[in-house]
Amino acid sequence: MASIARLSEDDLRWMCCRCSRPLEVGPVELTYLGNSFTLELPRCPDCGLYLIPEELATGRMAEVEQILEDK
Amino acid sequence: MEQSRLREFERRCIQEEPAECVAACPLHVDARSFVMAVAVGDWDGAWKVLRKTMPLPGILGRICDHPCELRCRRRERGDAVRIGALERACVTRPAPTHRVLILPRRDARVAVVGSGLAGLTTASDLVRKGHPVTVFDSYETAGGRLLQFPPELLPPKVVAAEVAALSALGVEFRLGESPSLEELRAEFAAVFVEGGEEELQPAGVGPDGRPVLPYDRQTLATQWEGVFAGDEATPGGGSATGDGLSSGGRVSPVGLALQGRRAAVSIDRFLQGASLTAAREKEGPQPTRLFVSLARVESLPSIEPEDVGGAYTAEEAQEEADRCLRCECLECVKVCDYLHHFGSYPRRYAREIYNNAAIVQGEHKANRLINSCMLCGLCTAVCPENFSMADLCLEARRGMVERGKMPPSAHEFALEDYAFSRSAAFVLARTEPGRERCSYAFFPGCQLAGSNPAQVEAVYEYLRGKLTGGVGLILDCCGAPPTWAGRQDLFGQGLADILRERHRLGDPMLIFACPTCQDVLAPHLGTGTHVFLSEIMEETGITVGAGGPTLLPRGLHDPCTTRDRTHVQQSVRRLLAHLDQPIEELALSGQITGCCGYGGLQANANPQLAAAVAVRRSAESPLEYVTYCAMCRDSLAAQGKRILHVLDLIYPTEEDPAGRRRPGWSERRENRARLKARLLRELWNEGGGALEPWQEVQLIIADEVKTLLDTRRILVEDIQQAIYHAEHTEEKLCHDSSGHFLAFFRPRAVTFWVEYSLRDSGFEVHNAYSHRMAVERQV
Repeated sequence: MASIARLSEDDLRWMCCRCSRPLEVGPVELTYLGNSFTLELPRCPDCGLYLIPEELATGRMAEVEQILEDK
Repeated sequence: MEQSRLREFERRCIQEEPAECVAACPLHVDARSFVMAVAVGDWDGAWKVLRKTMPLPGILGRICDHPCELRCRRRERGDAVRIGALERACVTRPAPTHRVLILPRRDARVAVVGSGLAGLTTASDLVRKGHPVTVFDSYETAGGRLLQFPPELLPPKVVAAEVAALSALGVEFRLGESPSLEELRAEFAAVFVEGGEEELQPAGVGPDGRPVLPYDRQTLATQWEGVFAGDEATPGGGSATGDGLSSGGRVSPVGLALQGRRAAVSIDRFLQGASLTAAREKEGPQPTRLFVSLARVESLPSIEPEDVGGAYTAEEAQEEADRCLRCECLECVKVCDYLHHFGSYPRRYAREIYNNAAIVQGEHKANRLINSCMLCGLCTAVCPENFSMADLCLEARRGMVERGKMPPSAHEFALEDYAFSRSAAFVLARTEPGRERCSYAFFPGCQLAGSNPAQVEAVYEYLRGKLTGGVGLILDCCGAPPTWAGRQDLFGQGLADILRERHRLGDPMLIFACPTCQDVLAPHLGTGTHVFLSEIMEETGITVGAGGPTLLPRGLHDPCTTRDRTHVQQSVRRLLAHLDQPIEELALSGQITGCCGYGGLQANANPQLAAAVAVRRSAESPLEYVTYCAMCRDSLAAQGKRILHVLDLIYPTEEDPAGRRRPGWSERRENRARLKARLLRELWNEGGGALEPWQEVQLIIADEVKTLLDTRRILVEDIQQAIYHAEHTEEKLCHDSSGHFLAFFRPRAVTFWVEYSLRDSGFEVHNAYSHRMAVERQV
């Protein structure tokens, strides 16, 4: 998986409610069936709360899940 | 899967059996592919097909006596395809250039005596295998009896050209020479005597003064080691069927070519020290197991050539070839969208599935194939050899589960739904109120309870009123989802519970309202211990309910799980007749009924394919349908088909039951839970349990969002939990312009994201999605 997810402008308009801070792009580690990847995603600079955008979850991420399941 | 099991599956699929024309040909020329190439005007392709198997195609293509035509299936619908005339049309056209592949040269030299069709075939086959070949003929011109054919049929220059081509490949021609057999045996490692003209060929007479004749028709071996002989009187004798090799006492050209080929095989084996006799059963004309349906084939006469000599023009040949039936079986693929979807046929699928299990590193490409089968048994019902894709896929699924190689997403949602139906939210086993034991127990199943709980209540009331001895109730899932998912462990646990509860109720006769429940549980129940609901109803004088649908003619969709329960299918027909509901039989009905797309958990593993299957089933008749499986009803209704459950005629729950939409996954669970709570309260005076705190979360969801959630298999309870979690932990995102919140929650192996906003009456859900990957949160 590419290390930089395709993000839309809107993806960066979410804020962390608890920390009241806008999300910034940073490394997030994903794991599935024993495989891990690091992806640049919007995350809260304070608490690390992250965003998986809908397009990523239902698109490329679902594809990679399927590939890993068939391994 | 053991390799022997693979072979068993492969043997049953006859799609790769030869077509009759190919099997009938002594040389097994692929006449079907040849004719198909001609039909599309691909003359080069046609030439290539002939050259692949036919020796000396320029000669044999002109004079073959075409026994293939005698077995052409087109004969049953018009005349046989004139394969012989098509071959002539092909070989009289210029041949495309090609390179002959010759195996590495060997030392042992071979003599061929006689340069007729058999001798030249032997020479042609052996030179390709790398043997140095010398052809002897007492005449100065090669060709033997080929030169006696009318020149307009076989011009001598064509014979000369084939001889020249053999020379070019390295065959030595010693013409005008008549060596004796002793001389040949001294000089050559093996000898083939074409036979038939002993007086001119001294080699045709043995040292004992008698003609050299084969004592074995298959190997053509003679009493002298390394000497093989043909016999023009009975060319091709000793073949499996022996037909089509000579007609009216005339020598069969293709039979002679077979003799030549047999001699070449024997000599090659002799020179390598291999068995002359092993595994030669497939030589010569053969029977074939290929099944070809002529059901929708119209009769067509053959094309008469304009030419007085009977030669086809290219156009005429193409038209004649187009009459070919392209013989193949594919009976199962024709009726099954699943088999069609993966682009091949069961024999190949068996191989792919077998290989899939052997993969250690790399992609398991057949996973989707294995998990998409409806396990409905239609292929077995239409297959002349009873091939079972269901057995193949189910065995593969069980193997994947055992090896820990089942993709988690394939059946997980269905198994979670199963776990719900087996939880305290739904499971219930009671005797009839006021009784200790009962003679009957109603088993409505989780899908009827999920789709139309009011009908479960109505039927239970009806049964209690009609039957004596007490009618208990068992709310549970039969175990179809774990069975189809290859989870025998889960199924076993559920089954034990059901059997134990049934015993506790007094071993009552089970009354099933769902054919799948009956199909799944019947093998574990004794005979005479269960019936289908219609069998009770048809005997009790039941009538259509007030305000129900009008009794228009309707197409009857038999659920696939009744395939082997003809008595249930007949009982439903009698019940419908009794209700005055006219029915039309669909083309696929009874024992060859089609699946709705839910069977085998296809709708879970491959939702797009399941939708296509339901659409195809719905399109079989423009009429509204009636069926007797809640899941079938809902699967077809989800694709817009107007369809009733038989119970909609008796207990209509709304004005237009045929137009009732399929309840979503969330609604089905709620329906089951509410059904249990209501029955407990109303029949057994028991209150329901306390609600979980997240169940208090009130949601407002627009219809289009509901549809999206259902497609994505996201339940209302997943959303309630995500919002509850976000609101209680403040772990949520908020959007700087819309003010929407985004909650996430991972209750199990799936993370749910819910976009929502706060309203006076609850939380409005705008969107939700999920993924399976887990995220390591880093601060």
